[in-house]
Amino acid sequence: MNAFVRSAVSVNITPPVTTGASRETAAPADMRMTISKVNFWYGAKQTLFDINLGIATSKVTALIGPSGCGKSTLLRTLDRMHETVRHSRLEGEILLDGKNILDQDVTQLRRRVGMVFQRPNPFPKSIFENVAYGLRINGSKVPMGEAVEKSLRHAALWDEVKDHLHKSAYELSGGQQQRLCIARALAVEPEVLLLDEPCSALDPISTAKIEELLVQLKDLCTIVTVTHNMQQAARISDFTAFLLNGQVIEFSPTPQLFTKPTDPRTEAYITGRFG
Amino acid sequence: MNPRLRWRKFVSNFMLTMTGLCAIVAVSVLFFILGYLVYYGGTSINWNFFTKLPAPVGETGGGMANAIVGSAKLLALATLFGVPIGFLGAIYLAEFSGSKVAFVVRYAADLLNGAPSIVIGIFAFSIAVHPFKQFSTLAGGFALGIMMIPITLRSTEEFLLAVPRTLREGAMALGASKWKTIATVIVPAAYRGILTAILLAFARVAGETAPLLFTALGNRYWSRGWTEPTASLPVMIYNYGLSPYEDWHRQAWAAGLVLLALILVINIVARAILSRGISVPR
Repeated sequence: MNAFVRSAVSVNITPPVTTGASRETAAPADMRMTISKVNFWYGAKQTLFDINLGIATSKVTALIGPSGCGKSTLLRTLDRMHETVRHSRLEGEILLDGKNILDQDVTQLRRRVGMVFQRPNPFPKSIFENVAYGLRINGSKVPMGEAVEKSLRHAALWDEVKDHLHKSAYELSGGQQQRLCIARALAVEPEVLLLDEPCSALDPISTAKIEELLVQLKDLCTIVTVTHNMQQAARISDFTAFLLNGQVIEFSPTPQLFTKPTDPRTEAYITGRFG
Repeated sequence: MNPRLRWRKFVSNFMLTMTGLCAIVAVSVLFFILGYLVYYGGTSINWNFFTKLPAPVGETGGGMANAIVGSAKLLALATLFGVPIGFLGAIYLAEFSGSKVAFVVRYAADLLNGAPSIVIGIFAFSIAVHPFKQFSTLAGGFALGIMMIPITLRSTEEFLLAVPRTLREGAMALGASKWKTIATVIVPAAYRGILTAILLAFARVAGETAPLLFTALGNRYWSRGWTEPTASLPVMIYNYGLSPYEDWHRQAWAAGLVLLALILVINIVARAILSRGISVPR
């Protein structure tokens, strides 16, 4: 019972200053996205329960939790990717810069909220065309060559591919392909970048490169990443939300969550007692 | 060696021989047909065969230029009619429809694919020939086009469904609409398979005779236009093969050789396209 009360207290919309009166002083401008009272169903099965979270601007927010806890589902609601699955239903409110994303045109929304997937999924096109794709379908008039170079530099891939931009993207290694997917997402200059376990299919060296990259990228956009790797969350994120069975159990600044978890379930998870 | 073991060895060897023989028979049919065609028709394949009109009854020589051009026109019409319908229908099935609709359409397409070609011919006759009181090239193309629809539809759908879901999501996550995703990512990823499917559908109808007997009819001269009857290679084979003249028989064999060679080439090209691999790793 006590645990339940504490978890309810610790689940706040505003992560950085969650304690006491200071909560009200957190300016809404600091929140790029605000998730409130979100419930989600696949068919008859409810997978998210009353989620309330704030995604701080220009920070890295990590969602952790055991498999099937709903962290990927939650991430996919942020750019409404859940709508590609039949019989899914979302209730609640998700604000991006103060406006409900559920009322917006979905293609416009996805230009502002980019996504990188678990496995690298470059298109069967050249490296150049992969990065240019988002700009081309949006009818962008910017000089393509410069835009592609800029995105590849941001994704720390430029030096490796600059001499063969017109080779097939499939000739790259898995880690390079994933950075290409990040470059592709960055090309349309999103405000938020969502990453769904971006390193789970990669070797440790590629993983290290992407982690380093994400930390650099937060000056460019707000980042939300799902990971099943707690060390990774601890290394790269500013805020961490721990999810269990479709509920946010605890949401705090990362150092606090990993050193002084307030909920015994969080403590059990991060110390490896389950999950 | 005890009798039981000997019996087992005998059965094993017997079955091995039988299966091998049947495999050889299956393959050799093609080579027998090819051999027959070359033996009987080869001598009639010459420049005249491709450039001249059929000779009047009683004279030897002449060619099948009108039938070759006629077949080309019929197949072009069939492709123009059948492929877009099959292709767009497949996109609907693979990308938009619910599973119930897809099931019904797939089932119907399979039935249509299995419908005897003569039935297709009667159908085409009743809606494209009878109302106009005129056999025509257009009606022939229509009949062959109907036959191309289910083949194109089913195989295109298979290849579209084989494109990984992650590619669709990748495009949609960049703000591509459903149509943009299909046009710029999914179809390009599956184009080799789709092209192969179209070629095979083309090869399948290239030799169809029954639907043409009811629609394009046949013609001993150049067809005077799209609304007039036209000669075609399969119908020429049918008419010449049934004739009492030795020279016509040889020309029928030659026409068969040309047709089979065309179909073989198409199949080989299709294989070559496909074997370069679907460009998307699965």
